[in-house]
Amino acid sequence: MNFAIFRCCPTSIFLKQYESSTDAILRKLGVDFIDIKEFNCCGYPLKNIDFKAYVLSSARNLALARRRNVAILTFCNCCYNTIKHVLHLLREDAALLGDINKTLAGEGLQCTPDVTVLHLFEALYKEIGIETIKAKLVHTFKDLKIATHYGCHLLRPADIMQFDNPIAPTIFDELVEATGARSIPWNTKLECCGSPVWGVDDDLSMDLSAKKLDDAALCGADFLCSACVFCQLQFDRVQKIMIARRNIPKALPSLLYTQLLGLGLGIDEKELGVAQNEVDGTGIRRFMV
Amino acid sequence: MFFTVSLYVALAIFVFGLVFKASAWFRYRLSPAAADISAAKRVLAAVRGIVRTVFSAKILTLLKVLLLEVLLQTRTLRESRLRWWMHFLIYVGFMLLLLMHALEKIVSAALFSDYYSTVNPFMFLRDFFGLMVLVGVALAVYRRFFMKLPRLQTAAMDQYAIIILAVIMLSGFLLEGIKITSHTRYQEMVEAYGDAGDEEELKALESLWVKEYGVVSPELKGPFEDEVLEMGRGLNESCITCHSRPQWAFVGYGVSRAVAPAAVGLDKAGLPALLWYLHFMACFIGLAYLPFSKMFHILTTPLSLLANAVMDRETADPLNVATRQIMELDACMHCGSCTLRCSVGISFEAIPNRNILPSEKVGALKAWVSGKTLDQRGLKLLQEGLLLCTNCLRCTGVCPAGINLQELWLDAREAVLQKGMPEFLLLSPLSLYRGLMRGSLDEDRYAAPARLATDTIGNTFKEIDAQNQTFDPAALDKDLVKHLGESPLSSTFKYCFTCQTCTTACPVVHNYERPWEALGLVPHQIIHSAALGLSDLVYNAKMLWLCVGCYQCQQQCPQGVRVADVLYELKNRAFKKVKAMKLLV
Repeated sequence: MNFAIFRCCPTSIFLKQYESSTDAILRKLGVDFIDIKEFNCCGYPLKNIDFKAYVLSSARNLALARRRNVAILTFCNCCYNTIKHVLHLLREDAALLGDINKTLAGEGLQCTPDVTVLHLFEALYKEIGIETIKAKLVHTFKDLKIATHYGCHLLRPADIMQFDNPIAPTIFDELVEATGARSIPWNTKLECCGSPVWGVDDDLSMDLSAKKLDDAALCGADFLCSACVFCQLQFDRVQKIMIARRNIPKALPSLLYTQLLGLGLGIDEKELGVAQNEVDGTGIRRFMV
Repeated sequence: MFFTVSLYVALAIFVFGLVFKASAWFRYRLSPAAADISAAKRVLAAVRGIVRTVFSAKILTLLKVLLLEVLLQTRTLRESRLRWWMHFLIYVGFMLLLLMHALEKIVSAALFSDYYSTVNPFMFLRDFFGLMVLVGVALAVYRRFFMKLPRLQTAAMDQYAIIILAVIMLSGFLLEGIKITSHTRYQEMVEAYGDAGDEEELKALESLWVKEYGVVSPELKGPFEDEVLEMGRGLNESCITCHSRPQWAFVGYGVSRAVAPAAVGLDKAGLPALLWYLHFMACFIGLAYLPFSKMFHILTTPLSLLANAVMDRETADPLNVATRQIMELDACMHCGSCTLRCSVGISFEAIPNRNILPSEKVGALKAWVSGKTLDQRGLKLLQEGLLLCTNCLRCTGVCPAGINLQELWLDAREAVLQKGMPEFLLLSPLSLYRGLMRGSLDEDRYAAPARLATDTIGNTFKEIDAQNQTFDPAALDKDLVKHLGESPLSSTFKYCFTCQTCTTACPVVHNYERPWEALGLVPHQIIHSAALGLSDLVYNAKMLWLCVGCYQCQQQCPQGVRVADVLYELKNRAFKKVKAMKLLV
């Protein structure tokens, strides 16, 4: 399958390391991908504001991917959720598809809802496979306890996402354990990170994050691990702000899964941008063998 | 006389315009850093900054940018080859014409002792450079008016630029063509440069010029006898040292052949003089209007590219950043690169606010900083455009003028938000970017806008005292119920039997000890109120605006109600409602 990598908007300023680490592991694993520079925002923030703007955003991306005959590969849960949700809506609602295509025709595009949309984890788990990944590891992690944070939009609504069991998912845990780390059980694993209301009601947002950070620490996690741009921004940048504002004694660093796997694959730490994380995650080296 | 006077008038306007426009860079501001600082201080800061940069290692960066980005325009090349060719042809062609042809007395004559506009290679080159410009203009017309470029906006300014260039070039070529045919012009040349011979000789020379130099004579028409031409050729020996064959001016010669049938009449009617006036007046108008038109970018775009290459917001003098930002607004040539690549540009098709498009936002900002009063609606639209941005940095990355658009948005957003107009987009994840930058903002300036939006919602949509009030059925929002019933996702609200599973599953509800006080309504109450048509109650509920969209409610609903999707739908409706309201400033 040919992939077009879908780079989420905030990464270019706030999370460059997610882009570089994803590119690096995909290259290492021999996955070919292209960049479509005409891609636009998936529409996730617009979903709150205007239904048509939301649907149009994703539909245009789908049309662009269709024109190049590639699958869309996202590393952000919110992009994944949004594009897949819109794909579902367009498949179900011919009138909506017609209306959207009328607008897209203005720039010579047409959306046919038959494009494949994959989350990075699906590519790793279903296309490449745990065994292949394991075979390519040059380092493994020992005595490392990871709290996997799936992120809401990867799993729910499950009838549309169809990523994994929404109540007892395992894919992310299996991917983490492939590196030799242990995925610990924790109570708030499937809860919201708090990002969607950051900037709207920061206290609520920090409360939601704190609940998860405390729980993960209590359950013995050495690191959080995330699979979404927004969750990572919350656990990293916002946690940094929380530490200053809420007198938190000990931070719980969050790594992107691509950083964790990248280290295992022997990719240069600089390329993975571990040191660029706001909450120091370089302690991960201690666990590498 | 007329020529000289109009030249000096144009030059005076040009210089005045230049000074006026450049002074604005120091008089206006976007960022609060330059508040209450005099323009003189800012000029001093700029001079200091420039001197420091030029006498440091950064000079190497400047030279590199000058070569690659200013002269070779690698930034444009990266975006589009067509645009690069378009721009390259116009800019190189025009520059060379300016130096060789317009400033011939100053430049060409000084460089080449044997310079005559009528001898080769100059005769050929003038047409060649002119054709370059014309082809470039044609490409610009094609790009602006025939290509299906999404959301590229063409303003009067863009049309003016194309028209003025086209008029200068076309009038030049027409003038050249008609002068080739002009019998009057031919006679003037003979009188001025020829050694007047007898009638037979003059006839022979004229015959040769009719046959080989494109002159259209009122009396002499071919075919001519060989002896006559031979005689003419002999006499022409002295002419050819200063006049190459006009075929070398290939465009003008083409024009001359096209107009030849009517040439005698046109010549008598004085068309060459008329075209000459048109040609230089178009040039002078272009010159005088340059500082006020998009052509100002000839000067400002290189400045922006150079300044941005060596200036860093962290280390630069904040006064210079403030000055640079205003200058950058002038460096925008409205090419539309940013709009073509804007991450949220597509939403313009659903939300028809031009200020969503970065290229248009620059225009609105320009008007705003210069103190031209945007009316309340204009400012509101600008504010919406500034907020409807996902801060993806692409506009900045692709701008051929190297304008740091991202920073402009950031400062403009804060400046507009402080005007005290409620902005409801702040109650969506579009606030994330502002939130992540909160460290760089003053605490109160940061918190006030979102609070204002929340309070306005609270004051607009009234709560209902359900304990003591009877509802008037006529006041219920039947539209809402109908609308929800028709939407494939939201129509599932009908299956709700108020079991409260959604509320139990909600992480936002969980966060509060007394959620009904903190949130107004909890999820199942929202669904129930919506079903009853109590829209004000629903829109007033903080729960609606604080929903994180985690889909726990929907996932767990035993009835298959798409709770989260219903909430999104309701929020969309609330947004439309508040947007339509007349807002107080």
